[in-house]
Amino acid sequence: MANSENAKTSSAGSLKNLVRNQCFIPVAALLLLAVFNLIADPSFFRITLGYNSAGNPVLSGFIIDIINNGSELAILAIGMTLVTAASGGQDISVGAAIAIAGSVILRVLCGGNARPETLQAPIIVAFLVACVVAMLFGAFNGVLVAYFKIQPMIATLILYTAGRSIAAWINNNELPVISDPRFAYFGGFIPGIPIPTPCFIAVACMVVIAIVLKVTNLRLYTQAVGINQSSSKLNGLNPELIKVLAFVILGLCVAVAGLIKVSRVSSINYSVIAKDIEMDAILAVALGGNALSGGKFNMAASIIGAFVIQCLTTTLYKFGVSSTALPAYKAVVVILLVVVSAPTVREYFDKITKKMKLSKEVA
Amino acid sequence: MKKKMAVLLTGAMVMATLAGCGGGEAAPAAETAAPADEAPAAEEAPAEEEAPAEEEASAEEAEAPAASGELITVGIINNDPSESGYRTANDADLKAAFTEENGYSASFAYGNPAVGNANEDQVKAAQQFIQDGVDYLLLSAADTAGWDTVLQDAQDAGVEVILFDRTIDADEGLYAASIVSDMDQEGQTAVDWLAGQGLETYNIIHIQGQMGSAAQQGRTKALDEKVAAEANWNMVEQQTASWNAENAQQIVQSVISSGKEFNVIYAENDDMAKGAVAALDAANISHGVGKDVIVMGFDCNKWALEELLAGNWNYDGQCNPFQSSYIDEVIKTLESGGTPAEKVIIMEEKGFDAETITQEDVDKYGI
Amino acid sequence: MEGNVVLKMRNIHKIFPGVHALQGVDFTLRKGEIHALMGENGAGKSTLIKVLTGVYGKEDGDIFLDGTEGAVAIHSPQDAQNMGISTVYQEITLCPNLTVAENMFIARTKGAVQNWKKMNTDTDRILESLQIPARASQQLGTCSLAVQQMIAIARAVDMECKVLILDEPTSSLDEQEVEKLFKLMRDLRAKGVGIIFVTHFLEQVYEVCDRITVMRDGKLVGEYEVENLPRVQLVSKMLGKEVDDLSDIKSEVKTFDAGKDAVPVLEAEGLVSNAGIKPFDFHINKGEVNGFTGLLGSGRSECVRAIFGADRVTGGKVKMGGKDVKIAKPLDAMKNGIAYLPEDRKVDGIVGDLSVRDNIILAQQVLKGFFKPFSRAEANKVADEYIKLLNIKTASKDTPIKSLSGGNQQKAILARWLFTHPEYLILDEPTRGIDVGTKVDIQKLVLKLASEGMSVTFISSELDEMLRTCSRLIVMRDRKAVGELTGDDLNQGTVMNTIAGGDK
Repeated sequence: MANSENAKTSSAGSLKNLVRNQCFIPVAALLLLAVFNLIADPSFFRITLGYNSAGNPVLSGFIIDIINNGSELAILAIGMTLVTAASGGQDISVGAAIAIAGSVILRVLCGGNARPETLQAPIIVAFLVACVVAMLFGAFNGVLVAYFKIQPMIATLILYTAGRSIAAWINNNELPVISDPRFAYFGGFIPGIPIPTPCFIAVACMVVIAIVLKVTNLRLYTQAVGINQSSSKLNGLNPELIKVLAFVILGLCVAVAGLIKVSRVSSINYSVIAKDIEMDAILAVALGGNALSGGKFNMAASIIGAFVIQCLTTTLYKFGVSSTALPAYKAVVVILLVVVSAPTVREYFDKITKKMKLSKEVA
Repeated sequence: MKKKMAVLLTGAMVMATLAGCGGGEAAPAAETAAPADEAPAAEEAPAEEEAPAEEEASAEEAEAPAASGELITVGIINNDPSESGYRTANDADLKAAFTEENGYSASFAYGNPAVGNANEDQVKAAQQFIQDGVDYLLLSAADTAGWDTVLQDAQDAGVEVILFDRTIDADEGLYAASIVSDMDQEGQTAVDWLAGQGLETYNIIHIQGQMGSAAQQGRTKALDEKVAAEANWNMVEQQTASWNAENAQQIVQSVISSGKEFNVIYAENDDMAKGAVAALDAANISHGVGKDVIVMGFDCNKWALEELLAGNWNYDGQCNPFQSSYIDEVIKTLESGGTPAEKVIIMEEKGFDAETITQEDVDKYGI
Repeated sequence: MEGNVVLKMRNIHKIFPGVHALQGVDFTLRKGEIHALMGENGAGKSTLIKVLTGVYGKEDGDIFLDGTEGAVAIHSPQDAQNMGISTVYQEITLCPNLTVAENMFIARTKGAVQNWKKMNTDTDRILESLQIPARASQQLGTCSLAVQQMIAIARAVDMECKVLILDEPTSSLDEQEVEKLFKLMRDLRAKGVGIIFVTHFLEQVYEVCDRITVMRDGKLVGEYEVENLPRVQLVSKMLGKEVDDLSDIKSEVKTFDAGKDAVPVLEAEGLVSNAGIKPFDFHINKGEVNGFTGLLGSGRSECVRAIFGADRVTGGKVKMGGKDVKIAKPLDAMKNGIAYLPEDRKVDGIVGDLSVRDNIILAQQVLKGFFKPFSRAEANKVADEYIKLLNIKTASKDTPIKSLSGGNQQKAILARWLFTHPEYLILDEPTRGIDVGTKVDIQKLVLKLASEGMSVTFISSELDEMLRTCSRLIVMRDRKAVGELTGDDLNQGTVMNTIAGGDK
């Protein structure tokens, strides 16, 4: 008797824990979109193995599209989550910073000539230079936020406005095109591997951040600073440094995303590359149920949030939603998701479930 | 708080200067940060032109017929060259045309929305040019409104104004000529070319530019009308990629994944055509001359014309950034005491076919 | 209402969930008097003010105002304003980027039309009549803090106020500025305004006030004429201890022998920080428990914060174990074996959303370093150990600390610092706002730790707690160390005398 009761409460408890879990909302949203697509058109889930024009095997299908195209966003969500947690604000210069990082990569590869016959430097060198540059810009944002105590959105507004001009300047206003097929691997396929490379890069980033969170105190420090700066300071932390660190990590994510972006088209367009991606990255963090005012965070939830956004975009493309109406549809879905994951609404649901439980018990 | 703002502003300025100086390395183009400060190249001008504005204007009038040996001073107000490849080419073209060898002394100023209020900066630069007593003011305005006063000032000071690339909302009497592209015509040329391909059915993926922009509207209109009129023209997908290659790639990927048939990609600029082609390549769909899918782009970027030359794309429509020859003609007419035949001059804009394009075309028209 | 009374509050009750904050308080204010409202933390002063200004409603009691028949009902600050009750808060609530005149008349004009010229001349007239050194067209932000404070007062007074409430107006002013402010207050008194003056500074009360109302624990202690209430009496009434009660709770447990074999753990000389304290000397021996005492705002917290490097240290020397050390930030202090439990638990202590476990390991984790996190198992073990040791009542170690009761939060923070195994533990008000049982637990723990060789500095607003635990008391008054008491001097009388400023 007692046993069965225990079992009951524990199962109720685990259900409750599941609902309480931060990943619940984004995962549920993902499932909902999946179910919708399944009903509307099951071919959504079809994955086919074909060959691309270079004769290499490639997988294709909507699911692959989502994972592939969501990679950059997922990578950015990692950095944005940390910045949000530590500073209680968001970096809106991400798109512009990607333009800079991408421009740096192309500049190093081209060595000043807009259409080089051969690469002027190894790709890895170009990427590392871009990392350094992007991290410096991250540090710049971080210093403004941490030491000059400027609101993150205002501080990053500087780079948001100036970034694309800087990117254009790096390449003397030219639009370099890389013809070496190896450079296209990062945004496309490596010969012989049918899975898009950005997926591997995104997974690598996730693994790295998981390890970093495991072997360092990044999570504890970031959360402590985001929740109570004054208290963290009295516990020997350096809140300013940790905020700068978060922005620098975001800079690294930006460099990686920038590599994928420029590799996808082997070129760059300063004014449109990664346009508005900062908003999607912030949205990913919010969809992950993370408070945009900082503090506790759940990295996995943010990353899933990023894929929810991409899934939504791909779904809308698939159904050929009229181009002018696209943003409106997106907005509606986003509003729903954000409202559902808002703490007040969750509390309300908690209350309802409690009531239902009570009435059950009475019955 | 004030302190913080100051620091912030300084930061912004440092960035702006960075952006500014750097551009200078490549092309004097990017003195974008402070267009108003940029003094016209007075030292290059003959001595009498350093006189105050009014005097100079009258002197100019008197001398005009015999001025063949003198340099004509022009103040050129343009938009930031980094805005697009089109703008870069436009700026380079003007710089190449208005040189001392060609009898001009030119000064440049730019409005850059990323740094300040582009239109305001342009207005300031115009006032400066008028004050400095240039002979001609060449203007590609960032906004269509807010120019009446400046143009009136110019007229009063005897400065002739020639608009290029973009028109403005002002009385026609305030400027001498306006040299523009006709986006509707660009679209029509492209659609006519496509119709000339004589396909049995046209299943088109139409990738649009930033919704509402003049280029998008012009290039969309002709196609929309044709699809509505012809039974064998079908719109498989019509979607905006906001000039963005990657969005275009996603849109085409999506169409491919859903298994819809198509044989034409009509992209409203080269970037988007490139993105679309990337998606085709990944799915091993052949494209180009004599292949499964016809690829069409706009703007005539050099690399795009090279794709045409290689037969990977089929068509590229020009949006002519080379206005200098038209402007030069107008100035010559005015200098010789005549008036341009038309107030609004629409430039000739070509459409290139992969089958007929030559290396010469690529070099000449590629931007 | 009898003659010169402008405000009468009778039998005021205010109940917050779980706290009876005001229990039948009476308060009377007369025309042309400056009336100090005194009491330690939690006495109910600010609650009383908020009831008077309509910020809070009241459960029971009546408020009478001069010129109004019967009790008045004040439902909002706007009501209070309209009835002639004006308040000037500690933080200036004016707009620094508007002019003085704009600030004076902001939100007071009826209708949309503003006569700017008249506004400026009116302002100048008021400023002149109150002898405030400012011009109407000047930007408020360019005035000194004191002048801004005076303008805030002038604004309040100009709204035909009968009752002016000054809530700690002097806390951010220097001595000359305070003088200017007092002059203004005296002028207003001469004009017949009744002023309620809330402050922590004893000197100021005796300098400017006519009457004192003392509150303690939500109750009225009494109303006194200033000349009839010696300082030591005032202190004793605020603290709730009788001066002549020399029978004293003194030291049953005081075992520390400050003899020759005393080993100094920390010695500070001329230590001073940017928090506004005067330089002070300090030392503590191994196994000693000492304390800083003084009224709230006397600078006792600032002293220990200076020792820990929590405020910016601007001067002085510190030695630990005889060796010079540099403590510029908390981490330096922690590395030298100092632990500091801060006064304000919510703001400086807990990291609210983090679990009890993370809160406990936080400080030691920081000491251990960024790349050496405790494993989950280690952290759990530590948390369990301290939860048991300090008897922390929590649903689990994963519970966010903010959902614990105050006492248990405090224990968790204590656990955090004990886990760093400090040589020297600073406890700033560890017993504030927590239940009696926990208070006793903490005091016992302090003595136990000392007996094991730890040095402890203990600060409490409750004098008997201090007397029970400390063997040496440093007395603070007006941000200055004014005395050090040991041995037989450790009794309430002497302590209160020293706090109050000798035999004055």
